[in-house]
Amino acid sequence: MIGLRRKGVGGINEVKRLEPAVIAGVMSREVANFRTYWKGTTFSSVLEPIVYLLAFGVGLGSTLINGVDGLSYVEFVGTGMVATAVIFSSALPAMFGTFVKERFQNTYDAILAAPVDVEELVTAEMLWIGIRAGFYGCFPLLVAMAFGLEPAFGMLLVPIFCFFTALGFAAFGITVAASVQKIDQFNYVTTLVITPLFLVAGTFFPINQLPEGVQVAANFNPLYQLVELVRAAAFGLEATDLIRFAALVAFAVVLWRVAVRRMTTRLID
Amino acid sequence: MTTASKTEPNAPAITLRGAVKRFGEITAVDGLDLDVPEGICLGLLGPNGAGKSTTMRLLTGQAIADAGEIRVFEHGLPGDSKAARAQMGVVPQLDNLDVDVTVEDNLAIFARLYRVQNVGEAVERGLALARLTDRRRDAVDELSGGMRRRLLLARGLVHRPRLLLLDEPTVGLDPQIRTELWTLIDGLRTQGTTILMSTHYIEEAERLADEVAVMAHGKVIARGRPSELIAEHAGRETAEVYGPPDRLAEVRALAESEGLVVRPAGPAIAIVGSEASTDGAIPEDAIRRAATLEDVFVRLTGEEAE
Repeated sequence: MIGLRRKGVGGINEVKRLEPAVIAGVMSREVANFRTYWKGTTFSSVLEPIVYLLAFGVGLGSTLINGVDGLSYVEFVGTGMVATAVIFSSALPAMFGTFVKERFQNTYDAILAAPVDVEELVTAEMLWIGIRAGFYGCFPLLVAMAFGLEPAFGMLLVPIFCFFTALGFAAFGITVAASVQKIDQFNYVTTLVITPLFLVAGTFFPINQLPEGVQVAANFNPLYQLVELVRAAAFGLEATDLIRFAALVAFAVVLWRVAVRRMTTRLID
Repeated sequence: MTTASKTEPNAPAITLRGAVKRFGEITAVDGLDLDVPEGICLGLLGPNGAGKSTTMRLLTGQAIADAGEIRVFEHGLPGDSKAARAQMGVVPQLDNLDVDVTVEDNLAIFARLYRVQNVGEAVERGLALARLTDRRRDAVDELSGGMRRRLLLARGLVHRPRLLLLDEPTVGLDPQIRTELWTLIDGLRTQGTTILMSTHYIEEAERLADEVAVMAHGKVIARGRPSELIAEHAGRETAEVYGPPDRLAEVRALAESEGLVVRPAGPAIAIVGSEASTDGAIPEDAIRRAATLEDVFVRLTGEEAE
């Protein structure tokens, strides 16, 4: 990693570390690509929570489950599904997107031949995924409102919670992509890491019904912390939620440094 | 297209001193010494595996040398690599354009990455250079192979670099597109852009390069103007002899007994420096032609030329 300040040459501005203009440049590439596929992504982001809410919220909620922790099952699942939307719009696109760009499209070769360093590249990719997931993470909440969830001012914080959680999972996905040799190896990660995180997040059932050891472990699951924060935003925030939020920010920062390191090893011979 | 003014005429744009790059047991670049003065086009000619692409990656900071010194203009690598890259354009061997994105967006993204102040003007200039102004809103995957290569070149020049690295710029292209690109590259050379071009096409090096450095096993084994290299390593004339294997073996033995260099040339053998023969080693039916860079290349590297 380099930290430079150089006089501009031929219309080129200063060159230094973590330049906002460069990060914006890398993100502009993502935006240009996103314009070509946003319809499909948006369609599935809207439809998926509708299907889940119909199946779990309305189906299970009206037949088997009356309510959870004082919430109707639609309220419980609708708020919980924010975390599902976040992990599936951050970790998976980061894993597959990074691998494809690195291995098949040679995109990173092109970007790194320009005055962009790996730290800027990873940061830009994370920020873009974070922004996108912050946006799409709100969709289950909006859908749940159509199914009866009461709007609350605290919900305005949900995109911020989603953004920071998605940053961490984007960095996780980038780290995984920089660590595997074949795309098939993602199956191990989705089965052994992502699915358990997604299931033990308090999305579809409260974790206090799980064995004590699992409950303790769930506290280290960023998705569980996100679910708790979203429910707090919808039904009443408390001071302890600041600690949850700080934990999500720390998760993002630590994984960011890990992702930069792994990608440097992968991209620089 | 104009290039940045040169402060020191013929000062090295690129300097490599004893550069070494190993990948496990393989030494891809092995004590490479190379100077590229500003304002020339240097052709880096060598067979596959000679270390040309690794040399390019060392210059872009995408590979870090295990030993030696590398400078691009006043910047020492790898520490100052980012500043060095701001002054160079790179045209890769593999097409890495964003295929779903429009032609103009491909240019605009890289103009931003190179911190060009007027992105719109840079895009217009790139479109004009690539002759794609009327295709500006088309996705790249709708373009022909030749158009894509022109766009790659324009992308590498979007910030008016002082130095252009061309890594096998015409590999895999049909002859018509290759000639088209040569015209573009020749125009840049004429305007004074410093170019380092790796290639394994002899004709490409002969047509475009002011000087050629022949690379093999990670080192430069000969360097000079094409005419100088030919005179030094291949003499004035080469005689090609065709015939059945037995006869070729006989002719070869006779020529080598005279101290002449003989190399395979497809179905024939080529006797390099045949003008030096005084003792009837060159058969009457041999086809005599002026020596070429290909003779030099094959003689020095032992590889068949393309």
